[in-house]
Amino acid sequence: MDLSLSDEQKQLQESAERFAREKYTFENRRKIVATERGWLPENWAQFAELGWLGMAFSEEDGGYGGGPIETMIVMEQFGKGLVLEPFLPTVVLGGGMIARAGSAAQKAALLAPMIEGKKQFAFAWLERQSRYNLADVSLKATKEGSGWSLSGHKGVVYNAASADEIIVLARTAGSVREPKGLTLFVVDAKAKGLSRRDYPTQDALRASELTFDKVSVGADAVLGKVDDAFPVVEEAVDRAIVALCAEATGCMDAINAATLEYIKTRKQFGVPIGKFQVLQHRMVDCFTNAQEARSMTLMASLKIDDKDPTVRAKAASGAKVQIGKSGKFCGQSAVQMHGGMGVTDEMAVSHYFKRLTMIDLMFGNQQHHLTRYSNLAMAA
Amino acid sequence: MNLTLSPEHQTFADEVRAFARENLSPATREKTFSGKHYDKDDHIVWQKALGKKGWLAYTWPKKYGGPGWDVTQRFLFENVLAEEGAPRILPFGPKMVGPVIYTFGTEEQKERFLPGIRSSDVSWCQGYSEPGAGSDLANLRTRAVREGDHYIVNGQKTWTSFAHWGDWIFCLVRTNPDAKPQEGISFLLIDMKSPGVTVRPIIMTDGAHHVNDVFLDNVKVPVENLIGKENEGWTCAKFLLANERLGIAEVPSSKRGVSMLRQIARIEPQDGGTLADDPAFTAQIADIDLQVQALEMSELRVLSTMAQGGAPGPEVSTLKVRGSEIQQRIAELTMEAVGEYAQPYQPGMLFHDTNETPIGPDHAPPAAPRYFNMRKTSIYGGSTEIQKNIVSKMVLGL
Repeated sequence: MDLSLSDEQKQLQESAERFAREKYTFENRRKIVATERGWLPENWAQFAELGWLGMAFSEEDGGYGGGPIETMIVMEQFGKGLVLEPFLPTVVLGGGMIARAGSAAQKAALLAPMIEGKKQFAFAWLERQSRYNLADVSLKATKEGSGWSLSGHKGVVYNAASADEIIVLARTAGSVREPKGLTLFVVDAKAKGLSRRDYPTQDALRASELTFDKVSVGADAVLGKVDDAFPVVEEAVDRAIVALCAEATGCMDAINAATLEYIKTRKQFGVPIGKFQVLQHRMVDCFTNAQEARSMTLMASLKIDDKDPTVRAKAASGAKVQIGKSGKFCGQSAVQMHGGMGVTDEMAVSHYFKRLTMIDLMFGNQQHHLTRYSNLAMAA
Repeated sequence: MNLTLSPEHQTFADEVRAFARENLSPATREKTFSGKHYDKDDHIVWQKALGKKGWLAYTWPKKYGGPGWDVTQRFLFENVLAEEGAPRILPFGPKMVGPVIYTFGTEEQKERFLPGIRSSDVSWCQGYSEPGAGSDLANLRTRAVREGDHYIVNGQKTWTSFAHWGDWIFCLVRTNPDAKPQEGISFLLIDMKSPGVTVRPIIMTDGAHHVNDVFLDNVKVPVENLIGKENEGWTCAKFLLANERLGIAEVPSSKRGVSMLRQIARIEPQDGGTLADDPAFTAQIADIDLQVQALEMSELRVLSTMAQGGAPGPEVSTLKVRGSEIQQRIAELTMEAVGEYAQPYQPGMLFHDTNETPIGPDHAPPAAPRYFNMRKTSIYGGSTEIQKNIVSKMVLGL
């Protein structure tokens, strides 16, 4: 057993930390939020140059042979800076599914340019009725000549407005909520019949509602096997969850550091408020929570490559439960200890708090993953 | 001792309900149930209707133009109005400065200020907190220096709710900088139109503008606007805070929040059914429902003591603490009920009249912003930490 980072991993951590610190000051971030895309192409080009877009992929897929630990390292620093570039939808979800299920031709056409920074993806899985059930899919793909025709609705699709390709989870057989009968399609974001309603999210990212009205795609648009996408999706989402957990640990470190600094400097009753024991203990609980979050994230990152899907799923759900709990505690505590300042838009803490809150809601909240973990653990 | 309503009280509740249905604008009511922000007119038009009926200053004794209601009537009034979707009565005039004026003011001051408060013709805001005086309110620095028959006021107030709507502000100012912190403070009424008063908006985390900084730069205030004696303003301040802490528990709106949450759970889809089929979720609603009941009964016990002539004691701080936690929890559960569709930020659906259809269900747009915004409830009106200090010292003697 060895839980220390290699020299290369330490270098990666340093360069990601530097990126977040230099490019994502509070004021810079505000400016990036206000741009049309909501992220900066020059930052994305830098990710490609630094090798971050390919680091987690195998060398035969054109990557640099890293894995979940590399993703964890970078995502954590992204969390510290509240980085806005669409790394999760493009690289972790899109790239991850193409690497896992794509044909050689698809990898050459999609993954290679993604690693070079020339293609971005979005993953459209959610529908109005889905909540957190990945199999609750009613968007239909029907056979049309040699290809397929897609009709239906997808919601809260992150990065859809910037993506070159949308990876769509569609029903090709079976009834709604049946895991069997789902298929993934790679759809050109500009395809005829595909319309978007774009909006910002609470935490200043970009997402869209998508309507598919008889969108035609060729047979080569199918990613993986027809009717058998569910295991691919479940694994990809588990990996995304672990990446999100890493981002959340970065958010927690940042929000705790800001709060610690605040209670050391803000004076009331003639002393820094950090002199009051009730705040000291709360601050200690924040640090303990962040430690637990880090531990569970590390464990999940180490287990996510396990061949047994149950081990993988339990690790992802377990970490998500912890992140939900710790994120809420650190976020709410930071706001409380900042007093009125904590609920204003002017302070970084409120932005970290929002991101932590949205991370809990993404791909299943604390309660959902507690139930999922419990069911898996009881079945064993 | 009993909980049943007398026929007279039942008739009273019916009368309040009929009044609300007749006088509350449907647009305002719709904002309440869809979680939209009210604009100034939503509040003022409704408050003027209440004022005309003689019900705006509903906690006041008859002597000062209030209805002189008993505790049960006040309780029914608040609950029926919340059920009917009325905006809360902005407390700054009728609940805060009004009682201070009729308790500590001169006859002239009562005649001058109380009618405008009762009718809602004059809007008030509260100048208490300052950048360096939040939890430590007595540390306030805004200075008022007497010059002939005026005070010259300089300083900054902050977190001033609805200062941008206010005609008048009641301020705690320092009139004697050499005395102990609590002993050199005075309670002063300032016309917001006075030269030297500047209001700067503070934008909250949900994007809303409710609170402000108020800058006071050589503002000339006539001496007759002083309430009570010079340097004895802390007595008024404490009297007002005790009243504030009582209403701030917001029990009627939390009851409405619980019933709206159950309604949302009944329509939010999950696994082919609804969230209402999920015992893990409905148990959390039940838990907060019971907490609301405990809080309501505790508040009724305090009101009952007051009805016997007692004053609200320091134990009302516990009501404020629990009331804010409950409001926060209801907002949190409501956001969780919405799930992934709480993520889109839809300011248009929160702040403006719009014909746009919301993204996701109708109840989605306010869910997350309300959760973020409700964090303020354990901070304003004396933070939870301060309230607990009060209870441990004044009630428990620690």
